[in-house]
Amino acid sequence: MKVHWRKDADGALAEAKEQKKPVLIDFSAAPA
Amino acid sequence: MPLSAHIKEHPAYFHRFDALWTPSVAILDSNGDEQFRIEGYLPKDEFRAQLELALARLSFTSKQWAEAERRYASVLDRFPDSKAAPEALYWKGVSHYKATNDHTILGELPGIFRDKYPDSIWALKTLAWT
Repeated sequence: MKVHWRKDADGALAEAKEQKKPVLIDFSAAPA
Repeated sequence: MPLSAHIKEHPAYFHRFDALWTPSVAILDSNGDEQFRIEGYLPKDEFRAQLELALARLSFTSKQWAEAERRYASVLDRFPDSKAAPEALYWKGVSHYKATNDHTILGELPGIFRDKYPDSIWALKTLAWT
């Protein structure tokens, strides 16, 4: 299953609030 | 809602969400309040178990006690040998108590921990109920 990763925090938080869903933030420093 | 925060692309997110180490994963509720954090690498199964713990925690903090109990039980069923299991057992008992107001389960937990997870810090936390 492909995950649609959001890159915009404000957008993701707004989307989560609207859909009443949690947010998972992946903090990474790994090379691309 | 999955949000990617790479240090080179979004360094401001690290400050905003107080991320001090990578890899880290933060779980926020739908209001944007953080409820759970995993810092550092974990093997796949342990990571998965921690994510399931996070979902249970979201139910617990939103006072959905029966749902929290069900989710913690699911962690125990699916990852009984994981490092997450003792924590799930503890909070499953607390969730049951919260859902029913029946404190019997709390008195049973020390014995269950003695049998299953005697060396866990969560076992120590149940000693208040002996």
